[in-house]
Amino acid sequence: MEDIITSKDVHLSYGNVEALHGISLDFEEKELTALIGPSGCGKSTFLRCLNRMNDDIPNIHITGDIKFEGQNIYDSKMDLVELRKEVGMVFQQPSPFPFSVYDNIAYGLRIAGIKDKELIDHRVEESLKQAAIWKETKDNLDRNAQAFSGGQQQRICIARALAVRPKVVLLDEPTSALDPISSSEIEETLLELKHEFTFIMVTHNLQQASRISDYTAFLMNGDLIEYGKTADMFMNPKKQITSDYLNGRFG
Amino acid sequence: MNNKDLKKVVESALDEQKVPHVKLRKIGASKVDVASLTKPSKETRQEYWGKGLTYFAIILIIILVASIIGFIGFHGLETFTKDHVNIFHFLTSSDWDPGEGKNHVGAAAMIVTSFAVTLLAALVATPFAIAVALFMTEYSSKKGARFLQSVIELLVGIPSVVYGFLGLTVIVPFIRNIFGGTGFGILSATLVLFVMVLPTITSLTVDSLKAVPSDYRKASLALGATKWQTIYKVILRVASPRIMTAVIFGMARAFGEALAVQMVIGNAVLMPANLVSPSATLTSQLTSQMGNTVMGTLPNNALWSLALLLLIMSLVFNFLVRLIGKRGQK
Repeated sequence: MEDIITSKDVHLSYGNVEALHGISLDFEEKELTALIGPSGCGKSTFLRCLNRMNDDIPNIHITGDIKFEGQNIYDSKMDLVELRKEVGMVFQQPSPFPFSVYDNIAYGLRIAGIKDKELIDHRVEESLKQAAIWKETKDNLDRNAQAFSGGQQQRICIARALAVRPKVVLLDEPTSALDPISSSEIEETLLELKHEFTFIMVTHNLQQASRISDYTAFLMNGDLIEYGKTADMFMNPKKQITSDYLNGRFG
Repeated sequence: MNNKDLKKVVESALDEQKVPHVKLRKIGASKVDVASLTKPSKETRQEYWGKGLTYFAIILIIILVASIIGFIGFHGLETFTKDHVNIFHFLTSSDWDPGEGKNHVGAAAMIVTSFAVTLLAALVATPFAIAVALFMTEYSSKKGARFLQSVIELLVGIPSVVYGFLGLTVIVPFIRNIFGGTGFGILSATLVLFVMVLPTITSLTVDSLKAVPSDYRKASLALGATKWQTIYKVILRVASPRIMTAVIFGMARAFGEALAVQMVIGNAVLMPANLVSPSATLTSQLTSQMGNTVMGTLPNNALWSLALLLLIMSLVFNFLVRLIGKRGQK
């Protein structure tokens, strides 16, 4: 397996406050990596660095090396738009646009300049099937995406992210705003897809990480504490603090 | 039951109490001032006061609004009931000379001019307003947005007579030099109104853009959209019902503006031949003529009819705003 995203010594600070103290972490291709850790440990911040969603925050300063397929993404020559087409993102709150389901899924394709109606139709169907929401939406593709339930909306968002065929999908606590049933449906969706795409997921839910991820990275206070195969880490954590966290002694 | 009896009841209840650990006597239950407990407290009286005050104010306002509408309606309709002007003639004829009798009361020229001025002003102002609003919400720094906000508030605060005066001294001669004629007319009025409705439309558009959840922006950017794609494919689309509302508010303002328009429109009640021929709007005719008529006569009643027309139009604008607002919620 190859590393699709590599990061080396990533420091990030808001103004004078340093939030990430040098994180080096490589992500394997076509695997699901979970980022876990207590609130405020910097896992979401780190995730957003990977497709440069932090860029718009004022007073932010990022140093270190993040490479996507060997290319430094913070290089001044990097095309941000191209990067985000390759590295998509799904957010905590389901955020479908208040358009029809079809328009939502087709959005990424249309802004990429694809006009071929057949291709768009095909991709919409394919993405909705991949996100396991085709059954619920196939008869009402014209319906406003926000008329669906929270879990369905989140799967529509996943389908929207998949439609542009990204190589990596970043998931920022994709199920924390959802009820347990919707969450488990999303998990199933991810389990089915995880060997077609590379997923990097931030989660608060340790059980979720243990259920669906292949690799787990444990972050705390802006440092990477431990990284390894999920099974190894949950069964035999190398460090005491990881063990304490996984056993619920804090956090 | 008087207070003495009440006190007795409380006393006996305390003596009989079977739960020993509740020592009511210790917390001074016997010293309870029964008189004050049976009367409304100070807070209750304040409650009555506050409620009464708001009710009073509301009733006053309702009476006021009802009597304004009633008064305008009564006098406005007298033209048709007492003076027997044909309502169809009133709306379609452009022969306006009420002093000459009931066959010379046609408001069409003013209606057309009013609508022309309003629509043109909104048409010119809207793109600028949207551009300014987009700059303020999407591009400029917070400091810059605050500065622009105060500039816009300043523009709103300038009295309309000042705008009219500026129009009269700057715009009218300017148009006269370019297009010839007097310089008075729809074009001048449009330009003056453009400046006047711009802040209205802009600030309401800013509100509508701010109301677009930032989640949409993030989601769009994360899909590889550029900022401009995000703006015109998501933000403007989501905000469009409220932007329409903003435009209609601007149009209502333009339609109702009297003084500034009166100063630059030329005040000749003629069907406008082109954009630079002198004309008159409903409002400008009202302001310029109201001092020249005698209450109860046909010319005066005819002016009230114009006022009634304005009232109805403002109701229509309000209705449109509601309608679009409801559509936007769907």
